[in-house]
Amino acid sequence: MRRKLLEDKEQSKNIARQRKAELRKRIVELGQRIYQELDNGVFPEIVFGSRSVRNIVYDKKLKQYILGEKSVRRSTHNVKHIRPFAQLIWLAHFANKLTEDSKTSTLRDVFYSSQAYNMDFTDQSESDEIIMDLEVFLAKARENFNVYPEERSAIFGDLTIEYNVRGYEGKRLNLASHPDGYLIGPSLSTAEFVDTSAEMIIAVEKGGLFTRFVEENVHKRFKSIIIDTAGQAPRSTRYMLRRLSIELNLPVYILTDGDVYGEHIAMVIVSGSVGAAHLRDLTVPTAKWLGVWGSDIVKYDLPGIPLTDMDIKRIHELKKDPRYTKGNWLNELNIFLKIKKKSELEAFAKYGLTAITDKYLPDKLEAAKSM
Amino acid sequence: MVKNLSKKQVSFTEISPSEFFYRNRDLAGFSNPSRALYFATRELVENSLDACEQTRILPNIFVRIIPESVNGDLSDPKSYILKIQDNGPGVDPKYVPNAFARVFYGSKFHLRQTRGMFGMGGTMSILYGQITTNRPVLITTSIDGVKATIFEMMINIQNNSPRILNKTVVDANGVTGTSVQITLIGDYTRGSQKIHDYFKETALVTPYANIVYADALGRISYYERVTDKMPNSPKETLPHPHGIDVEALRRLLTQATEKNLIKFLQKNFHRVGERISRKFLEYAGLPFNTKPSELNNDQMVKFGNALHSFKEFLQPDASCLSPLGNDILDVGITKELQPEFSAVTQRPPSAYSGFPFIVEVGLAYGGKILPAGIRIMRFANRIPLLYDERNDIAWKIVNEEIDWRRYKIPQDAPLTIVTHVCSTKIPYKTVGKEYLADRPELEKELKNAVREVVRRLGIHLSKKGSMEAVKRKMNIYGRYLPLVARFSADIIKAEKLPRYRKLLERKNEDNIKVETSSVLEEKKPQENIKEDVEQKVDTNEKINEEKIVGRQRTIEEYS
Repeated sequence: MRRKLLEDKEQSKNIARQRKAELRKRIVELGQRIYQELDNGVFPEIVFGSRSVRNIVYDKKLKQYILGEKSVRRSTHNVKHIRPFAQLIWLAHFANKLTEDSKTSTLRDVFYSSQAYNMDFTDQSESDEIIMDLEVFLAKARENFNVYPEERSAIFGDLTIEYNVRGYEGKRLNLASHPDGYLIGPSLSTAEFVDTSAEMIIAVEKGGLFTRFVEENVHKRFKSIIIDTAGQAPRSTRYMLRRLSIELNLPVYILTDGDVYGEHIAMVIVSGSVGAAHLRDLTVPTAKWLGVWGSDIVKYDLPGIPLTDMDIKRIHELKKDPRYTKGNWLNELNIFLKIKKKSELEAFAKYGLTAITDKYLPDKLEAAKSM
Repeated sequence: MVKNLSKKQVSFTEISPSEFFYRNRDLAGFSNPSRALYFATRELVENSLDACEQTRILPNIFVRIIPESVNGDLSDPKSYILKIQDNGPGVDPKYVPNAFARVFYGSKFHLRQTRGMFGMGGTMSILYGQITTNRPVLITTSIDGVKATIFEMMINIQNNSPRILNKTVVDANGVTGTSVQITLIGDYTRGSQKIHDYFKETALVTPYANIVYADALGRISYYERVTDKMPNSPKETLPHPHGIDVEALRRLLTQATEKNLIKFLQKNFHRVGERISRKFLEYAGLPFNTKPSELNNDQMVKFGNALHSFKEFLQPDASCLSPLGNDILDVGITKELQPEFSAVTQRPPSAYSGFPFIVEVGLAYGGKILPAGIRIMRFANRIPLLYDERNDIAWKIVNEEIDWRRYKIPQDAPLTIVTHVCSTKIPYKTVGKEYLADRPELEKELKNAVREVVRRLGIHLSKKGSMEAVKRKMNIYGRYLPLVARFSADIIKAEKLPRYRKLLERKNEDNIKVETSSVLEEKKPQENIKEDVEQKVDTNEKINEEKIVGRQRTIEEYS
């Protein structure tokens, strides 16, 4: 069963265009206000939601962390504020230019670009912070103003896309054409989905397993699109997962290592991260964590590694997170604690290289039906 | 050259003082070859400086130390030739033998501040040279600049008399002054650091002198005159009743020509008039009209004790003292230490046991020369004190009694405290030692003076800090506000920048207000930010100072 999505193309293009226009409107409004205030002898200030830990609260309805009521006021009147204020205005100006010129920039590019404008950032983490401030102010993820992280995650499977990026407009590509997969970068993130035969999305934590899945034809055998999250999924990957889930209306399954960090990688895909509490559209609430669970380590008698003190500490930390207070999430944390062991996806190699695709994956997909 | 060489003063006993000093040379500081070389240099230089200062001649001093033997392999201690030459008034040739080659045991009835501890350090140096090398002293002196007389002499130790080996008269070429050359056993390797320190510190308290020092290795140090101002000469005064012992009193009484004790007290003591004289005699239970020479021994002891216990004598005045004065001290500190900031203060005269004294303290902070850490340079009657620092009262005050944190001065601040105590009698703890006893009167004055200069440094640093804060703030605004203007204009594609400069100006004014807690009324154009800031802070110096002074007062009240 192939899904034809072309009829949506114009509509979704319009939505994207509209979103950009909205974003630029906000930036121009900001510039206009600051210009006027300076001209009238008023010290401009800017107010936006606070990203401080104390202002991050869990929203039960949205099932993700969001920013609370508190906001920060950054004023040019205050000597401690004027530098980050100028940085923020510079970034708004830079974002405006990027979207205007349909250019993209990595986080690192942003850091270096500032120097061309006599704007200084001490290091990239400082410019990253300011980027997040602008995200909060605009209520839009940085991808909307064409700022992307270094790409490292990949996608593979029968999905035809049509590019929107300059120079490639209208060009199409099937994502099963290259066995190493395709980087989930700006061009892919903004591309339209044209056509697919996939019935599910499988996100795996590791590149090694991703390659094995391609080799073992998992995309064909299970009619799936495979995504390598390369550890904690970058935002562009989470954004892609969400689009795939919503636009293609496909279930998303997640496979991680059998430890507390793997469980959290799945959680972040499902309900977002604390660090991105100011953003929506990055979660896949319907996604399911297939494993490796603590209980799987026992069930499949996987070679285990003893938990370290760090692991145990992290488990106790997560148990305080409201998302982990019930259901399977809590259950598996407790099992890790109980068996005091963790295991990797590769551990299935104990039963042969293809055991994971021949046995474990079908088992889990079957089980997922009732989850 | 030699002090107080008046006829009046030549009254001494001849109980072989040369012999006495020969046996007790440790007391005078000639305890080992390295120390002896330093002390001989110092005593002769001090004599030269005293001679010049007493006759108001700006001193030019040349000092040279060379090994006697050309054989450089000879190891220390060995024989050195020490030569000191000055441009002072010279010494009349007829006084030269006694002045240089005879150890006086003089009893000075008149007091004034002089450098030497014994008043005969020069002769001691000559004596030391003779007993270690058996070489004569060579003295060249001219009082008129026309003729110079050269003496080659030794001291006859048993008889305490000069032995002239040779005497020639040469053309003085228009130069007055005296040069002394002695040969002595010294240890330059171990003594050189102290001698260098001595010259450096001496240069600090005598910025009105030119001093050239050629050391035993042929290195020449120049300490140049930077001011023509010399300290006022001290006036001679009579001894204060509290400062006299029974022996000195006995001498005074036996030599007295006054016809009664009332007159005797008035004529021989400092600030004693007829009224106090009568009151004292009543207090002491001594007859008013007895002739001084007719007092018996018991009465004399009673007299002496009463002089010490009687409370109503006036405090000694300080006209017999010659402090450097703030200007000279400051010039000296600036010249030798080249600090970023200096402060000097002079305390009002005070007295201990009938001896008047004045404390002067200077402070040098920062600059290129001073190393990190708080150091002390001590002077007594303009003589650098280089030994025994840790026992000195100044050390105790600086290291134990000043709470540096209160002044926000870190322990590793590049800081030197200069203390100068001048007195007719410096209260050295023991003879031959270079540290001041902790007399409460002295401690109080030193402590107050040190606090005063440290307080001023505190003000300077806080002013500097707030100045820098204003500058820093203005730099931040001056850097980022134009950027904000530019980017906002870029975003809306405006052709002109917004008029943000007036905001910068207002910010500047605000900052000054905050930093100096004052109100700025006039508006200044943008270009004048810097001057503006400085001017404004200056006018507020007083306010800051009062604040700090006020705080200090309460601290002192509670302590």
